[in-house]
Amino acid sequence: MAATVVAPQVLSTSKRGHDSSAGSLLFLAALWLSLAMAIVFLMTLVVTTAVDGAGRFDSALITEYGSKLTPDTTGLRAALLGTLWLMVTTALLAIPIGIAAAVYLEEFADNTRWYNRLVELNLQNLAAIPSVIYGMLAVGIVALVGIQRTGIILVGAVALGLLILPVIIITTREAVRAVPREIREGSLALGATPLQTTWRQVLPSAIPGIATGTIIALSRAIGEAAPLLIVGVAVTVRFDPTGIMSAFTAMPIQIFNWTSESREEFKVAAAAAIIVLLGMVLLLNGLAIFIRNKFQRRW
Amino acid sequence: MGPNTATTAKPGSVDDQSVDAPLLEPQVDNQRDLPPEPSGVMECEDLNVYYGDFHAVHDVNLIFGRHEITALIGPSGCGKTTVLRCLNRMNDLVAGARVAGRVAYHGADIYDSKVDAIEVRRRIGMVFQKPNPFPKSIYDNVAYGPRVIGMEVDDLDSHVEGALRDAALWDEVKDKLKQSAFGLSGGQQQRLCIARTIATKPDVILMDEPCSSLDPIATSHIEDLMVDLREQYTIIIVTHNMQQAARVSDRTAFFTARPDETTGNRTGLLVEFDQTKTIFSNPSDRRTEAYISGRFG
Ligand SMILES: Nc1ncnc2c1ncn2[C@@H]1O[C@H](COP(=O)(O)OP(=O)(O)O)[C@@H](O)[C@H]1O
Ligand SMILES: [Mg+2]
Repeated sequence: MAATVVAPQVLSTSKRGHDSSAGSLLFLAALWLSLAMAIVFLMTLVVTTAVDGAGRFDSALITEYGSKLTPDTTGLRAALLGTLWLMVTTALLAIPIGIAAAVYLEEFADNTRWYNRLVELNLQNLAAIPSVIYGMLAVGIVALVGIQRTGIILVGAVALGLLILPVIIITTREAVRAVPREIREGSLALGATPLQTTWRQVLPSAIPGIATGTIIALSRAIGEAAPLLIVGVAVTVRFDPTGIMSAFTAMPIQIFNWTSESREEFKVAAAAAIIVLLGMVLLLNGLAIFIRNKFQRRW
Repeated sequence: MGPNTATTAKPGSVDDQSVDAPLLEPQVDNQRDLPPEPSGVMECEDLNVYYGDFHAVHDVNLIFGRHEITALIGPSGCGKTTVLRCLNRMNDLVAGARVAGRVAYHGADIYDSKVDAIEVRRRIGMVFQKPNPFPKSIYDNVAYGPRVIGMEVDDLDSHVEGALRDAALWDEVKDKLKQSAFGLSGGQQQRLCIARTIATKPDVILMDEPCSSLDPIATSHIEDLMVDLREQYTIIIVTHNMQQAARVSDRTAFFTARPDETTGNRTGLLVEFDQTKTIFSNPSDRRTEAYISGRFG
């Protein structure tokens, strides 16, 4: 009895699959073509840049300061250290605030209240704001606190931190939301407080998702030049940053500066620096993928 | 009104059981001499529960006896889970849920504004329908409760061992306490959840269809365990399975759902509450009789 019911269904679906197979093949081909085009462009860009910069993959690129006088040995030292300082400071500023905001919105906020709904609505919009605006915002904020010098690591980090905050909040909320309700209920039923439940169950379970989102956000911030230009980051720096109040330069700024030079040596150095920056971004993204795969949990 | 309500209109789930449910032939294994009236640890008086505008449970009056197992039975959607979750204020977590009436624990209303829901849940533990171990080691699952409530134990290791022994799980896990609880079978996970609950030394244990996702062997483990635990705890169990109620419980409360003429909403109500042997051999309400005998009414 069951067989006679099932058989026509199998037949009819296979028939329908056959009918549209020409169309679906075409569609699939179009998708593959789009993908191939994207990859070809990307590869061309990377390869030509690498070829352009081939002459400068030397130790001087890393160990020397930028120099107008000796273009052959001009280097990224200040920019590399500056970017490192900048990223660490940005992470320290943005991650705790972003996680706290996300946990509040997801676990504690009463979303029938208008102010919580307003925050919800604006988070999505915030992620779409042009990055230059964050530079201006950072300058405004530090002026309010009374810091006069703006081209310092702290101010750059405030700008980039504000830039990635919405992304961190959104990805953290998704990671927190993915923790099943049963886990929360199990904890609360044992007499744990909501805060203990968040702290001991929800957050540890959400860490892989949070880490992945945060690293992706940082890898976006690392290549940002616009907000740093607004903040007034120096272009030629011939000393190592010593702290968050130190003036500095960063990778994208250094690259921007070299590409606007007319001498050929700087163009080569810029190409080499782009590959270094690209390597840093790939490293961060690789780390994110590693964390996601290693700690992925199926409920 | 959840999608549940639509399915409960048809007694499909009850039909499954009517196949082997003997016609009013009581299979009550658990023939203890009980006082006619339970000496109440917990008590519901005129309990009404609403989800938003939906009146889910109407005027439930029940007394849960000390060191007894009380079973809540009835067709699905009649509000068994809802009543159970009121007993340790888990319904506080459901947005829009509202409880009216009185739920007393040793005479004190647990819904009194001065009572802390956290405190209530420390006394009245809960085991859920689907095993829900934490993504931690077996040891940490059991130690979690004592740790978060700041319980003073002489030696956490032996406390954990005691809870696992009481839950009849110790022999199976004693060599892999540091391994993830997710590696256990469904039945073992559910016993781990029971161990986790008794590790906090509650007074009352609520169980919501604890065997519904388990195979018959695992089910019989849990049933044996419940009968053992009765010596120390007061147990209230929701079950879909009438044989299970007959096998383990001392008293049984039978619920059903009554459709509202105007809205069609089905409101749960308590039909009959008595000693299990009476409910299964000599029910006083026709609806109970029909349900027990598989003719759903
Ligand atoms: N969180 C909820 N929100 C709205 N309605 C609910 C909720 N939980 C249960 N209900 C409804 O309350 C009624 C009783 O449900 P429940 O207590 O789960 O029944 P049972 O456990 O007896 O199957 C059902 O009609 C169900 O749809
Ligand atoms: Mg239920």
